[in-house]
Amino acid sequence: MELDPVLLARLQFAFTISFHIIFPSFTIGLAAYLATLEVLWGLTGAERYRKLAAFWTRIFAVSFGMGVVSGVVLSYQIGTNWSRFSTVAGNVIGPLLGYEVLMAFFLEATFLSILLFGGDRVPRWLHVFSGIAVAVGTSLSAFWILAANSWMQTPVGHAIESGIAYPRDWFAIIFNPSFPYRLAHMLNAAFLTCAFVVLAVGARFLLAGRHEEEARTMLRMAVGLTAVLAPLQLFLGDQHGLNTLKYQPTKIAAMEAHWDGSEPGAFEIFAWPDEKTESNKFSIAIPHASSLIITHSWNGLFPGLKDVPPQDRPPLPNVFFGFRIMLAVGLYMIAAALFGALLWWRGQLFTTRWYLHIVANTWWVGFVAVIAGWVVSESGRQPWIVYGVLRTADAVSPVPGGSVATTLVLFVLVYGIVFSFGIYFINRLIARGVPETVPGAAPSLAPRIGVAP
Amino acid sequence: MSAPLTSALPAIWAAIIGVAVVFYVVLDGFDLGIGLLFPFAKDDAERDRMLASIAPYWDGNETWLVLGGAGLLVAFPHAYAVIMPAFYLPIVVMLLALVFRGVTFEFRGIAQSKPLWNWAFAGGSVVAGLCQGFVLGGLVEGVRVTDGAFSGGPFDWATPFGLICALGVLSGYALLGATWLMLKTDGDMARRAAAKAKFLLVAVLVFMAAVSVYTPLAIPRIAQRWFSMPNFVYLAPVPILTALIALMQWQWISARRELLPFLATVALFLLGYLGLAISSYPYMVPPSITVWQAAAAPSSQTFMLVGTLVLLPAILGYTAFVYWLFRGKVREGATYH
Repeated sequence: MELDPVLLARLQFAFTISFHIIFPSFTIGLAAYLATLEVLWGLTGAERYRKLAAFWTRIFAVSFGMGVVSGVVLSYQIGTNWSRFSTVAGNVIGPLLGYEVLMAFFLEATFLSILLFGGDRVPRWLHVFSGIAVAVGTSLSAFWILAANSWMQTPVGHAIESGIAYPRDWFAIIFNPSFPYRLAHMLNAAFLTCAFVVLAVGARFLLAGRHEEEARTMLRMAVGLTAVLAPLQLFLGDQHGLNTLKYQPTKIAAMEAHWDGSEPGAFEIFAWPDEKTESNKFSIAIPHASSLIITHSWNGLFPGLKDVPPQDRPPLPNVFFGFRIMLAVGLYMIAAALFGALLWWRGQLFTTRWYLHIVANTWWVGFVAVIAGWVVSESGRQPWIVYGVLRTADAVSPVPGGSVATTLVLFVLVYGIVFSFGIYFINRLIARGVPETVPGAAPSLAPRIGVAP
Repeated sequence: MSAPLTSALPAIWAAIIGVAVVFYVVLDGFDLGIGLLFPFAKDDAERDRMLASIAPYWDGNETWLVLGGAGLLVAFPHAYAVIMPAFYLPIVVMLLALVFRGVTFEFRGIAQSKPLWNWAFAGGSVVAGLCQGFVLGGLVEGVRVTDGAFSGGPFDWATPFGLICALGVLSGYALLGATWLMLKTDGDMARRAAAKAKFLLVAVLVFMAAVSVYTPLAIPRIAQRWFSMPNFVYLAPVPILTALIALMQWQWISARRELLPFLATVALFLLGYLGLAISSYPYMVPPSITVWQAAAAPSSQTFMLVGTLVLLPAILGYTAFVYWLFRGKVREGATYH
């Protein structure tokens, strides 16, 4: 059997980056949460904040470690699997990644070690500062990597000479048209993902009658945050979609499985978009609803899939179903957040056990939404790796399919093992519970390393 | 921008990446070395101490590897686009090995079964070091390039010379690890680290000598570089200095000095690295792509250089602070978490 190196390289990258994104989408939010807890402890001196910070710092360390090791892989895969892309787009993409390393990675790595091990060696203010530095680092990292990704979606500020992209205007490259929307949508997604994990852990403790004071604090903080951010995410997503309509209309057509651009779009609640007959099978649809959502008018028209030849269309099932999964999860998050806020307002948040049971078991919703959303964004960019500039099929490395297949199997095996252990160990840390006393000298928030001065 | 600056940019960037690689090799080298010495530790308590001696540093150390990769993409995308596919298998396997190593720091502390993670840490370190050595050897020997793209096979790097380099890198990392333990531990543990360091120093010198003999014999451009006049005179201090430092290091290890053996290992690494750089100059990818041919657009190199000049000193500053903060011996009974 002939192995298709392009397909294998895509499968491999899709696998490694989906695995990686799980961790940043949690740790970006968790770093901000840790910084908030540290600051609250610094301001109020309340023990529960300090204990919660110690509890979440351990979980952060495990998740961050897995994020680091899976992220190092990506910085090399751009070259190992996509060397033509590196040649064509390297002048533009390279510095954006370079800034990410210099601004974010060193900052995170270095101050995390103070956060983890420096409890009894640094003054309290420096410990709080380290928490803030790690949080700033994770957000800066998101800034640069999303600038790079957004440029691949909506490339501007460059000129092509002999097939190679040369930068002309760095400001335009960084703040390219889709970047502000993607950054806002992704950062908000990361905060929501983390908040739903905190909500679940708080509910789990409360249901078990453990650490009730800390559990209530976690529930209040998570419900308060999600009640604002979950509805906000719907608005940000809508704005992001309008931006996509302007710059990548085919992606929107694929999200809606909208074939004919001369007709108003229906919203397909469920359908199987059939690429052969260019129509939707088993369709359950609300007429005009897509036009209303996308153009904000009843009879509004937007480009359909038939407006471009079949070889320029993205893989439909990924984009179509990815979007529906993201949307469904997002609506659940809004419902859970607002209902939680209602219960809180009526003083029943800590006693409504069926609600606590539900949120305790839906810690994973944010991760599903993030991965589904990225599938929409990245599959929807196909068949381009840099939209309108370089096709994915032309970007691949001159590496035999057998090598890519071998390493793909290795990645699946190694990540499968590491991920299983990671989830298991995080669960053990949660089961271990919030520490009754945080060891160390007065300013210590973190577990200690036995290093004597 | 003025023409002289534009033509100097590739040289400046080659220097910056050279420095990043040195930082990576020395810093991650000693914590990889700890992994290599893991199977030879007396017991799990000793392994706890070994891990505790590097836990605050490993993540920052490994970030230099990311900087090396990203820096190559930033400044020399044409070299990046050749080197990565050429060393596809060893690079991917190295990254997977680093995954096992990296997660051990957190996992081992939580796990009930320590042996499993002891082996993950040691195995990950061995495989990562071997792969790095094969990549180094393959680069020195040269990469097949046609029309600016890699045109060789997936196992071009698997040569006897690559194996010599791989074993050389392993013994070098282990020597860094052993001398790090002389610095960070005391008593019986430091004494046994010194015994290992002596053995490893001999091994490192044997492999350095093998590389120095083999490369000029097998690769004429390298023989030309070292043995033509007047190069021979100018370059003679490199091997002479290496021999002197090795002699002094033997003394320092015997005298159980704390810091000097580690610094001497670093000096040996620097000299070996300098030797390979002299052999390969002016190629970024020997024997066909020079530093200037591989360079990114001047606009890209300048944009990144501005940021580097501001950010790199800050990084060095807070990295130094963390090394200072966690200075001193790791006492007996120390555990990670």
